[in-house]
Amino acid sequence: MDSVAQPLSTIGSANALELRGVTRLFGALAALTDISLTVGPGERRAVLGSNGAGKTTLFNCITGDFPPSSGTIRFFGEDVTFFPPYERIRRGLRRTYQISALFPGLTVLDNVYLAVRGVSRGRYSFIRPRRNDTLVNAAESLIQAVHLTPIKDRLVAELAYGQQRQLEIALALAGAPRLVLFDEPAAGLSPTERAELVDILSSLPAHIGYIIIEHDMDVALRVVERVTMMHNGRIFKEGSPQEIEADPEVQELYLGGGHG
Amino acid sequence: MALAENRARGASRAASQPNSQASWLQNINPAVVLVGVVVLIMPLIASSFVLTQIFGWSYMLGTIALSLMFLAGYGGMVSLAQMTIAGFAGYIVAILGVNGMPGGIGWPWWLAVPAALILAMIVGAVIGALAVRTAGIYTIMITLAIAAAFFYFANQNYAIFNGHTGINSVPTPVFLGVDWRADLPSYYLELGVAFLCWLAVSYVARAPFGLALQGIRDNPRRMAALGFNVTAHRVAAYVFAALIAALGGILLVWSYGEIAPGTVSVSAAIDILVIAVVGGIGSPIGAFIGALLYAVLKTFALDVLVAFGLDGNRFRLLIGLGFLAIVFFSPDGIIGLWARWRNRARPGSPRAQSTGGGHG
Repeated sequence: MDSVAQPLSTIGSANALELRGVTRLFGALAALTDISLTVGPGERRAVLGSNGAGKTTLFNCITGDFPPSSGTIRFFGEDVTFFPPYERIRRGLRRTYQISALFPGLTVLDNVYLAVRGVSRGRYSFIRPRRNDTLVNAAESLIQAVHLTPIKDRLVAELAYGQQRQLEIALALAGAPRLVLFDEPAAGLSPTERAELVDILSSLPAHIGYIIIEHDMDVALRVVERVTMMHNGRIFKEGSPQEIEADPEVQELYLGGGHG
Repeated sequence: MALAENRARGASRAASQPNSQASWLQNINPAVVLVGVVVLIMPLIASSFVLTQIFGWSYMLGTIALSLMFLAGYGGMVSLAQMTIAGFAGYIVAILGVNGMPGGIGWPWWLAVPAALILAMIVGAVIGALAVRTAGIYTIMITLAIAAAFFYFANQNYAIFNGHTGINSVPTPVFLGVDWRADLPSYYLELGVAFLCWLAVSYVARAPFGLALQGIRDNPRRMAALGFNVTAHRVAAYVFAALIAALGGILLVWSYGEIAPGTVSVSAAIDILVIAVVGGIGSPIGAFIGALLYAVLKTFALDVLVAFGLDGNRFRLLIGLGFLAIVFFSPDGIIGLWARWRNRARPGSPRAQSTGGGHG
């Protein structure tokens, strides 16, 4: 991760992410309505909201898994609204999935190697990596960062659930990420694994910003500087973790709703 | 199982461990060496008929089936148009090269062969571009439609493809002072091409291109979210597979000295699928095992059936029953049966242990 060569100065004053009036319709259903959101470089943000609030749809619009019905998305100043996902990824956007999206027929190392390869040249290379290949080494240090080194040659299909979640994070940190979208990384993890996750998130280099969807307040509010609350496809509150926690409306809508 | 085992073995090679990366050639299974020796000395053992009609033919069919195995096994894309691409390349070599038709073009083989390969790759790219936006049964249907369309086109077009008769009297080239039509040279040529294609597919499977293809097979959406252009990657896989199929198709023309629409018929296209599935779609060698079985059945089933007082044309029934049995009992083909039998024979094999530990 120390290979990230993107000094803040070159980014200039552009925001990491800027959404303007993003709306996403599924038929007659508006999953997102007029979302405007600004995330600064290196900023760490939580997106909270009950099920169906549109959090994952928001992620899908940002990564381009499906484009917004209207509105614009800028990534470090560049309008990426109609870019295919891989173009956004190559520019430093990353994401993880709520339900692990891994390659079960490949080993842990191969999974991470693909992630590293995907954001570098030679994606179509017919030449096998040599010993001490830079990208293989990069993959191995990522595996180490998420504590999976002892099982790097295992097939992913054989991994325990918690290990798959950790691998999910490793895939999102390949190359030089500038903004990572974490979709419920703590879902289904044990308390110990959650603590490990908090460690991993807090030890990310300062220039890597992220947005995290998380139901577990102990995780979410400990690893972010700002919180965005969503409800029924709209943003209805933004503030620091303390402000959000103390807000009576939020208490009623969300924290009191049995998720706390 | 064979699929998984094969990948697991390959994976530990790709990992940059000091002793596993030394040379991937040194890690080849002893069984492969044994098979290599047997096929090399085959001309000493087998009659001329067995050499050309069974083994030579299996190498050519196996090469074409290998191209399907690459697409289906690593890319999850079942294309029925691989025989079409092979036949197309064969037609091009026959049309551009020396043939028995009046007013032929008569290019030398070293010009006609590259032209055929390049054109076949272009056709592969076009077929791929049409097919990759579909998945599963729709890929099969669209490639089947392409195969059927090309068959009827070749059958009815006299200007280029000489219709039902096809292109006859295509001489096998003589180069390096060898007549490649003769039994021994043609056997080794077909073996050599089949071996090189097998080697190429096995190698590329562990190179970034092949690994990414397997990633796309497992989870295309995630591959896009890792920076891969999934559509372009799939089309590239079709182009590579077209190159392999075309090599097999050119050898077919040289072996028969002619090519007719029957070579690219729908039933021929399906035979390639049957060969790849029966052999084992998860492993490059499976294509050749399936092809050998197919050649043996097609050649001898007729005599056996007649000996039992049945209609010799029913050999397809035998192949069909074999196909059913394989699909029911071993979805990963004969290779899968072999791997399972070996795992049962050696319960303490490293593979069995690592699986057991994985669920802990």
